Amino acid sequence: MHRAESSYLTEGSTLASWLTTHDHKRIAILYAVAITFFFFLGGIAAALIRLELATPHGDLMSADTYNKTFTFHGVVMVWFFLIPSIPNTLGNFLLPLMIGARDVAFPRLNLFSWYLYLLGGLFTVTCLLLGGVDTGWTFYTPFSTLFSNTHVVLAVVGVFIVGFSSILTGLNFIVTIHTLRTEGMTWLRLPLFVWSMYGVSLVMMLATPVLAMTLSLLAIERLTGVGIFDPSLGGDPLLFQHFFWFYSHPAVYIMVLPSMGVVSELITASVRRKIFGYRFMVYSIIGIAVVGFLVWGHHMFVAGQSMYASIVFSILSFIIAVPSAIKVFNWTATLYKGDITFGAPMIYALGFVGLFMLGGLTGLFLAATALDVNLTDTYFVVAHFHYIMVGGAVMAYLGGIHFWWPKITGRLYSEGWARFAAILMFLGFNLTFFPQFLAGAEGMPRRYYRYPDEYALLNVLSSAGAVLLAASYLLPVGYLLWSMRFGERAGPDPWGAKGLEWETASPPPSHNFERPPVVTDGPYAYVHP
Amino acid sequence: MPEPASPFDDLAQQHEAAQLGMWAFLATEILFFGVLFTGYTVMRLLWPDAFVAGSRHTDLPLGAIETGVLLTSSFTAAWALQAVKRSRPREAGWLLLFTATMGVAFLGIHGAEYRHDYLSGVIPGIRYDEVGDNAPREALFFVLYYVTTGFHALHVLIGVVLLCILARLAFRGDFLPENHAPLEVGTLYWHLVDIVWIFVFPLYYQVGRA
Repeated sequence: MHRAESSYLTEGSTLASWLTTHDHKRIAILYAVAITFFFFLGGIAAALIRLELATPHGDLMSADTYNKTFTFHGVVMVWFFLIPSIPNTLGNFLLPLMIGARDVAFPRLNLFSWYLYLLGGLFTVTCLLLGGVDTGWTFYTPFSTLFSNTHVVLAVVGVFIVGFSSILTGLNFIVTIHTLRTEGMTWLRLPLFVWSMYGVSLVMMLATPVLAMTLSLLAIERLTGVGIFDPSLGGDPLLFQHFFWFYSHPAVYIMVLPSMGVVSELITASVRRKIFGYRFMVYSIIGIAVVGFLVWGHHMFVAGQSMYASIVFSILSFIIAVPSAIKVFNWTATLYKGDITFGAPMIYALGFVGLFMLGGLTGLFLAATALDVNLTDTYFVVAHFHYIMVGGAVMAYLGGIHFWWPKITGRLYSEGWARFAAILMFLGFNLTFFPQFLAGAEGMPRRYYRYPDEYALLNVLSSAGAVLLAASYLLPVGYLLWSMRFGERAGPDPWGAKGLEWETASPPPSHNFERPPVVTDGPYAYVHP
Repeated sequence: MPEPASPFDDLAQQHEAAQLGMWAFLATEILFFGVLFTGYTVMRLLWPDAFVAGSRHTDLPLGAIETGVLLTSSFTAAWALQAVKRSRPREAGWLLLFTATMGVAFLGIHGAEYRHDYLSGVIPGIRYDEVGDNAPREALFFVLYYVTTGFHALHVLIGVVLLCILARLAFRGDFLPENHAPLEVGTLYWHLVDIVWIFVFPLYYQVGRA
């Protein structure tokens, strides 16, 4: 092999060389493989749900099986795909490159968190094989502690362990960004993706311990029959909900902040312009990360919390829409007078902006206390959070995977197929989830395996959309894998994009840069003003 | 002079990272314990009488001794750090061993407390002999007491292991006045263990006892 061709990919090809690597780029690949596996596992559960709901009568599975299916879908997609998706794959790969570092601050810890992820996944899969769990991904007490006859403790242990993987990744990233920025890479020269990793790391580090401790209390309660959350013993089930959402609402921002970072990179590169309002983009990332901790009560408007608490949480939930809106406006303003190219990453990015906006606006409906009483626990809520998590986070994840694919593999994918998959995903997504807004507004409750005939049309549309959506997920697996072998060689910067990661070879050498780069300019230094 | 580890340019940068990493870790620890303290607050507001009755079962003199033991150990840990800064690594080694011994003493005394609790039947879910209207509510006090002190004891145990490793490094002469990041990080952790106890002791042993 020529010296010039040696890269992080050629440093060893045995399985052992991958499983013991400390290289952040290889660990990113390990994560990508693992989360792709879980994504399709959760996707199979989603397919079964849509298949069941294609007819109103509940003829595919029993109510119990249905409960287990949507619980498994939720647990896997939230903790084993969405939360680690962008931070642990793209974040791991790009963060050190973007700040001009050789690696993350604690490379061994980084590998350790991948093993924790696998161990957590092992528990979850074991739980599935033994018959699953039927509490919903929220594990609400006292159902989960007193009444459910399924493997709650196994599932909870899986989530507990994967939580530590999240905490350690967050810690690693925070320390990396603080200590390993290369010469000249000041805080306000950081690409927005790095800022989004900073914001998300704060949230992962500070929210996840609360979930871990709460789930421990739940497991102790279930195993020993003591009752912190059991009302018949003087415990408080609402306390569980408060603790749970104290983590799980910020968790939404764990999913969406990285997406915002990715989209900022994709749009600037596709428009060849500086991002509009860089500082406000930074402030809004930090604003979302901080205020995101203060809005959890909007999940509990009908749970019996005090009216005054609900009012405060409602107002705070409206406030957090402000930084989100700033971002949407700034992305849009960046397009103005830009030299726009509609490559696959840009289609994903624009798809993200549109779907995130719809998801965000319907979030305001749900943040309004009076309206929420009508809409809560209906398909309106299901549609809303899928617009954020699937329309938002998955769209951005795939956009990012395409955009940085040449950097990661050194090869170009088929642009035609990629555009087709991106457009198909946008259409399939809307066909799947827009009807759910309508069904929810008409009162169809979530988490039932059958429904009155009146909702049949909307559900058939939704299930048909799911077929398109599934195709749009499978397509990239095909053409991306194909490109790894047969794709055209990319060169260091196939998009003409700015940023330190594009200044090194594709794929990058093990130590990222031949010599440490020196930064003399702000991010997004494109020729257009 | 030792070499910096792989991603770092020099030792100063590596120390900065180690220290920031530990501070960040301590922040996560605060949130772990925060759940338990919040749970305590909520339950105490719901059932003040049961919590007063529960707190009479904890052993105040033993709790006070444990507090003294931990505070002393924190002092000697800080002393060890100063000793290294003044080029007296062997002194630091002995101080660290003493600190670890204090940790073991703490665990021993606490174990005795648990044993006593077991014999008097105040461990919900394992052996709980309390009767009366308030007994289920009192059990909430004990659940939180055992989860909190148990989780804390786990931290003490990990700390003792860390202190022994640090003592070994100190005797081996690995710590220099200008280069002792593991010691600094390790003692930081030990102080956290101490500080958490400073909150546990009044809440579970003292408040409302009279």
